[in-house]
Amino acid sequence: MTVYTLKIDGRDVAGSEGQSIMDVAEENGIDIPGLCHLPGIHDRGACRLCVVKIGGSPRLAAACVTRIAEGMDVVAHDEELEEYRRAATEMMFLERNHVCAVCVANNHCELQELSADLGMTHFELPRISPTVDVDLSHKLFGLDHNRCILCLRCVRVCDEIEGAHVWDVMHRGLETRIQADMGVDWGDSATCTSCGKCVQVCPTGALFEKGRPVAAGTRDERPFLPWLRVHQEERGL
Amino acid sequence: MPVLHAKPAPPSDDKRWKIVETRMRRMGDRPYALIEALHAAQEAFGYLDESALNYVGDTLGVPHSRVYGVATFYSYFTLKPQGEHTCVVCTGTACYINGAKEILAGIERGLGVKPKQTTPDGKLSILTARCLGACSLAPAVIVDGAVMGKIGAAELVAQLEAM
Amino acid sequence: MSEQPAAARPVRHRAAVATPAGETRASAYVCEAASCMSAQAHDITVNLAAQCAAAGLTDVMVKRVGCLGLCAAGPLVEIPQTGELFAQVKPGDLGGLITALKSVKPGATPKPQGPFFEKQLRVATENMGRVDPESLEDYIGRGGYEALQRVLADMTSTEVREVVSQSGLRGRGGAGYPTALKWTTVAKAEGKQKYVICNADEGDPGAFMDRSVLESDPFRILEGMAIAAFAVHATEGYIYCRAEYPLAVARLRTAIRLAQRAGFLGANIADTSFTFDVQVRLGAGAFVCGEETALIASVEGKRGTPRPRPPYPAVEGLYGCPTLINNVETFANVPAILRKGADWYASIGLGKSRGTKVFALAGRIVNTGLVEVPMGMTLREIIYDIGGGIIDGRPFKAVQTGGPSGGCIPADYLDSPVSYETLIDLGSFMGSGGMIVMDDTSCMVDVARYFQDFCRDESCGKCVPCRVGTTQLWMLLDKICRGQASLADLDQLERLAKVVQKMSLCGLGQGAPNPIFSTLRYFRDEYLAHIVDKRCPAGVCEIVRLPDARPLDAQPTEVPA
Repeated sequence: MTVYTLKIDGRDVAGSEGQSIMDVAEENGIDIPGLCHLPGIHDRGACRLCVVKIGGSPRLAAACVTRIAEGMDVVAHDEELEEYRRAATEMMFLERNHVCAVCVANNHCELQELSADLGMTHFELPRISPTVDVDLSHKLFGLDHNRCILCLRCVRVCDEIEGAHVWDVMHRGLETRIQADMGVDWGDSATCTSCGKCVQVCPTGALFEKGRPVAAGTRDERPFLPWLRVHQEERGL
Repeated sequence: MPVLHAKPAPPSDDKRWKIVETRMRRMGDRPYALIEALHAAQEAFGYLDESALNYVGDTLGVPHSRVYGVATFYSYFTLKPQGEHTCVVCTGTACYINGAKEILAGIERGLGVKPKQTTPDGKLSILTARCLGACSLAPAVIVDGAVMGKIGAAELVAQLEAM
Repeated sequence: MSEQPAAARPVRHRAAVATPAGETRASAYVCEAASCMSAQAHDITVNLAAQCAAAGLTDVMVKRVGCLGLCAAGPLVEIPQTGELFAQVKPGDLGGLITALKSVKPGATPKPQGPFFEKQLRVATENMGRVDPESLEDYIGRGGYEALQRVLADMTSTEVREVVSQSGLRGRGGAGYPTALKWTTVAKAEGKQKYVICNADEGDPGAFMDRSVLESDPFRILEGMAIAAFAVHATEGYIYCRAEYPLAVARLRTAIRLAQRAGFLGANIADTSFTFDVQVRLGAGAFVCGEETALIASVEGKRGTPRPRPPYPAVEGLYGCPTLINNVETFANVPAILRKGADWYASIGLGKSRGTKVFALAGRIVNTGLVEVPMGMTLREIIYDIGGGIIDGRPFKAVQTGGPSGGCIPADYLDSPVSYETLIDLGSFMGSGGMIVMDDTSCMVDVARYFQDFCRDESCGKCVPCRVGTTQLWMLLDKICRGQASLADLDQLERLAKVVQKMSLCGLGQGAPNPIFSTLRYFRDEYLAHIVDKRCPAGVCEIVRLPDARPLDAQPTEVPA
């Protein structure tokens, strides 16, 4: 296995061929934010929070899908990148209707944590405020589109780990929505195994376990799909 | 590669399913035939209903949610039957600066339908296109397959009303 | 069938051709490309052939050809012996044409045709309006397949790439990446199976170059693809064509069938070991599929969403194999380069932009149509000499190039030469070749809003900055157009545009703010008129006056926590 040495934020680090910048940063305790990234399932580079600068190139690259190379010089944190990340996070809040005070994920929401890390104090961009549905048809779980940021962790975990492929996305652009089977209510899905993995991996409160009120999260009480990491190593992701 | 699923039967004995089936078989009934199969089904039936989506998905071994995702991604595919007549208004740049906006406004005023809507009597569907490539005829519309160029809103509405 | 012409399948026409048994004294070329076809051009062909026969004109040939270029004046019929072009011909009134055909003297030489034709230089479109697009013999008669046969007989793949490299050909789809470099990457990439894809998903509004080439000279694309396949060691090819172009699709399918039958496609082409076949794949109405990785996803039958590059398709493309993707016009140049030589091609052009470029002229211009000019020609020559200037002699305001990722160039720069580099310096973009001319009846803020509306509608929704940002940009522009914005909104528009440009995943999002940047650069006064004076100088936008000038949403809102 070829080992590459590179710099991230001025620090000399090493990683093996095929690893992503994100992986190597993580191993070396350098925190690069990301909401669609989840170890153990395929990366898609879509939330754009993990963008970094590489060797003075004007084009930003997503750390989760960019493989390391010998001598790479990566800037993962500077003022400009922080500003862009703040703007992208703000967009995620404004795209749908996030009201943290009445969200099941309050205090253990990855989006909320990120906004705190980035020092967000207020919104400046236009609000989109669409009217979207809440699907409570499943006997165990609920889906609140107001809180969905379309990271598609649920789609990937259902396809790649559970093998059911209940979830996919429908429509496009701002109309994009998570949907089950042929756009049916979750409770009517013929393919759902009610395994709950999608709920476990949801970074916000979009997918939640019924009967657990605001702020009483599920993740603190159960291990966060620990075998995902094993899966990642086995598949060489 | 072993086939893990049995090939399903067409939703009905309508002969048009044969066209769809042949198109899929020619591509080895593999998942990458999905868009071609949807084209075939829409050409044959005019739109894609749930039975068509299920049949295509089951034949090609594509999960239903993915079939639905693809069918709703592309604006060419429609999941609802269209009106008896269709009028496609081009909203490409050349048509836009030559008055496509006025045409759509005129249709809405005169006939009470907006783009992607069908009149309540099911007679006429209004659609828009992102450039038909008929820029020399701007503003252009297509009524039941026939291109009409350099047309004014009043003239068009009168023609549509007469149908 | 939403968002597309209802005629998904065109009526199949037999070539109603009158062919003289002996010497041809005069010919009538009837334009049967989409624009003229929509004006009953095929009836003209049929009627003319019948009337010639009735008038005993046995030495007259009537044939259908591809686009004659001057679409604004269609339907068109040309008598090539004299160079006469008949405009707005009516199928029921062909008397003038018959008289003209009768009076053609044997061995006549063409008269000058005026600047629209004479200032052009036809390379990619050299057969357009000359050959019957459904006749392989016609194509071969004009030098078709000479290049491929020479390549297969005398050249190695390295030599072919070397010729293309020396010609200086660059991608005609927009970005202008050196074609030979792409070919070499694919040729050297590891993998047994390699693919060649022709990108015919011409989605820019106001652009119809690719459509005209496909409708007028489809064999040329097949020959160009075959040469490319030989150069990169590919055996399978796809043409990804918009479903909105039914005539182009039909002619491509016919051409593929005829080429297969004649041994120019399939196994052992021209009795060599070279094997290459082509299939057509239909797009389904998604602009983003013009982006390479989205196009590949679509050919694979998936949602047409792009993925981050690298890996580039040249290394990991269709089904994970090395894949060469070039646009229609790029392939159309290839046979001419191999036939006439790299030096000839490289002698045309300006700076690093060699050869010619096809443009679709549209908008408020007299000669709407398709033109091909050497790189380096000035915008003024293209718009005024070839294009005939502005309709009704109104003042020129701007020309929009590059589609939704391009920009608007004002009158001050009309004397700039057109090349990849100069257009980028002017804040625009070559793009696929649409040129939309605007006069003083267009409001530039409204134009920016129009393009933003296009981008938000065509955003695939995969990445956040494009999905959300393009809508927010549109909301800000809409607010300005309605006369409800403040100067703070303008600041925010510029900041947000920068974020969308830098953060988006693919070219659609990265290019979406360009119309805003370029209109702000050249027409900031129009933005200020909407914001400060609450008026639209062009009289296009409907200014909505609020009772209280203070916008309701001026106060920042707290993050809910």
